[in-house]
Amino acid sequence: MSDTVGKADVQVVSSPKLRQLRKGKVRKHIITVKVRNEMGVLARIATLIAGKGYNIEGLSVGETHEKGISRMTIEVIGDDIVIEQVVKQLRRLIDTLKVTDLTDVPHVERELALIKVYTPTPRARDEVLRITEIFRGKVVDVSPDTYTIEVTGDEEKLNAMIELLKPFGIKEMARTGKVAMKREMSVKEDED
Amino acid sequence: MAKARKGADIVIEVLKEEGVEVIFGLPGGAIMEVYDALYRLGGIKHILARHEQGAGHMAEGYAKATGKVGVVMVTSGPGATNLVTPIADAYMDSVPLVAITGQVPTHLIGNDAFQEVDIVGITRPITKHNFLVKDVEELPLVLREAFYIARTGRPGPVLVDLPKDVTQQLSEVEIPSDEEVKQALPGYRPHTEGNPQQIKKAAELILSAKRPVLYVGGGAVNAEAQKELLELAELLQIPVTTTTQGKGAFPETHPLALRMLGMHGTYYANMAVYNSDLLIAVGARFDDRVTGKIDEFAPEAKIIHIDIDPASISKNITVDVPIVGDVKTVLRKLLDEIKKRGAKLLYPEERKKWIEQIEKWKKLHPLTYRNSDKVIKPQFVIEQLWEATKGEAIIVPGVGQHQMWAAMFYKYKFPRQFINSGGLGTMGFGLPAGIGAKIGRPEKEVWVVDGDGSFTMTMQELITAVQYKVPIKVAIINNAYLGMVRQWQELFYDKRYSEVDLSVQPDFVKLAEAMGAVGMRATKPQEVREVIEEARKIDDKPVVIDFWVDREENVLPMVPAGKSYKDMIVEDGKGKHEAETMYLVG
Repeated sequence: MSDTVGKADVQVVSSPKLRQLRKGKVRKHIITVKVRNEMGVLARIATLIAGKGYNIEGLSVGETHEKGISRMTIEVIGDDIVIEQVVKQLRRLIDTLKVTDLTDVPHVERELALIKVYTPTPRARDEVLRITEIFRGKVVDVSPDTYTIEVTGDEEKLNAMIELLKPFGIKEMARTGKVAMKREMSVKEDED
Repeated sequence: MAKARKGADIVIEVLKEEGVEVIFGLPGGAIMEVYDALYRLGGIKHILARHEQGAGHMAEGYAKATGKVGVVMVTSGPGATNLVTPIADAYMDSVPLVAITGQVPTHLIGNDAFQEVDIVGITRPITKHNFLVKDVEELPLVLREAFYIARTGRPGPVLVDLPKDVTQQLSEVEIPSDEEVKQALPGYRPHTEGNPQQIKKAAELILSAKRPVLYVGGGAVNAEAQKELLELAELLQIPVTTTTQGKGAFPETHPLALRMLGMHGTYYANMAVYNSDLLIAVGARFDDRVTGKIDEFAPEAKIIHIDIDPASISKNITVDVPIVGDVKTVLRKLLDEIKKRGAKLLYPEERKKWIEQIEKWKKLHPLTYRNSDKVIKPQFVIEQLWEATKGEAIIVPGVGQHQMWAAMFYKYKFPRQFINSGGLGTMGFGLPAGIGAKIGRPEKEVWVVDGDGSFTMTMQELITAVQYKVPIKVAIINNAYLGMVRQWQELFYDKRYSEVDLSVQPDFVKLAEAMGAVGMRATKPQEVREVIEEARKIDDKPVVIDFWVDREENVLPMVPAGKSYKDMIVEDGKGKHEAETMYLVG
């Protein structure tokens, strides 16, 4: 009886075409959020991201040139589709003024790191100093057996430098998390 | 400058300014100043609930019945935590709610003071927004922002936490104007218009569709778009299915009505959605109880999604034409675009066939049940209620089997007629929400259709209804089970009835009487109509009717959780079985 009722009357589409489940690529996203500098705003944003089961990999917050307005740069690893949802829900928050996913937008990003390296021997001090110069870093603190180096750059540069310093022994390290900004003119735009 | 007055007085002043007629609440230490101001200044009615959860659901019921912002006021600590469930409920169902909670004085915040809890932190993920007021100077602005945020855009709950010293401080601060409120919220711009290009695209899709279905949710009720919906459906002969929140946005007595879709939707609504080639979602959010298995949901359909909340679009399912905007405004513009094109269907013949097909589905598996003359069938109670009230009553269920029967066997004609906890599924919602609804719409007959399990969760509010002479009727569909759980255990757990037996229960008639209400009971089908009519005559106090119903009746049709519409189980008057599978697609 299953196909007797009415089936012949209406055009039959024979091949089943299932709806695609929404699943995106999992990768690192860089999201910038302009917020009103209100109590609890960071908690609100962190709660929202944690509520999706995601961890904030990097976070930097600071004031902007506008009074009462701060800017956050958030790094989070997640599914493209879920991140799209996160961005929409961040926009929905009352205290957010502008939310941008910079991941696929030409942008500059910088991060600052302070790295305290063991340099007990003259040879180690020489070598560390050379690496620091190559990476355009600065020695900002010295003790008999350590150098503290300040370096800025993008993620790859910082990671490369840290790899080179590891053999000396890193005593302590702090990274600021990225700050990022959209480029005003991309090379591609120039070509057009 | 206004004259100096206490923060507490400012609260009452702003509530009056916002047109608040009634507050639902329960006082305590930290909120006493505001209660004192309410006593001194008067002008707003207050309903003293017996539990803060009750107060919260009352405010929700009031808001859902009237479309106005519901206001609930409680004290700090346990008062505030007892409000968490109603706030979460309001968040899920987009109910405009302002919750005012007392807080310990600012100098004690964070000190583990008596009755201190970080309610702003606790409710952060379940409010549209929340505030802790730390200075009396910002109090009027914050309160006005709370109302503005709660009722605009996609409505939702907003919590304002008031430390006791802030309510005690004197201030000459003025109440800000509407313009000042908007200026103070630069990050909040609820979209209302709808993108004209998208609306044009939607109009073309609708005119060229062969098998369209309108899928209507609570957003249509919030936007009061019933007129536009009816016009669109009738103009182009598009069948309409509604969610629990959307019920009444389109009259269920209309020939184009498919009634509810989803897990306990009608066979014909689910068949129509499954086989559609265009789904027009209006203020609905593709909840998992609606879609079932998402990859088999309406597999051939293009989707137009009209919603005021951009974050709702393409959340659960990819849509082809998203339109962000106020549902009423967008539908009006859509109708204009359609009329500009002469409202001419590309395939008028196909549309006729589609309507005929739906009629066939309606005949094949109508909503039905096996009646009995020995035992009361729960569906029979609802049907009798529908007949007795001529389909005009507001129905407020709890959550469970009775909620679904109330959704299926009462035909809803107008918006805000079926008030239920759809998203969160809060047992115990019915009685207090019913009280709130009746207070908001005193001219309407309000029936709380409750389960015995749901009723006992908030039954203390019957005392509140007695105190304020709120003549609601409560029909307890008493099967002495946590019926919906039992049904799942029967169907999916091989009848292992783990912890669902509620046969030890109070005598609900005596319980009602003990609280000062009227209690009645029906144990045979022949008595059902009689007690309903009896109850309808009482208009000065609440009535509770204890209907002893068939204990193991199931809610059917049913799409088992995580399955697709293809796996629907139906009832045909003889017994339950798998639905006839007639798929035009897939």
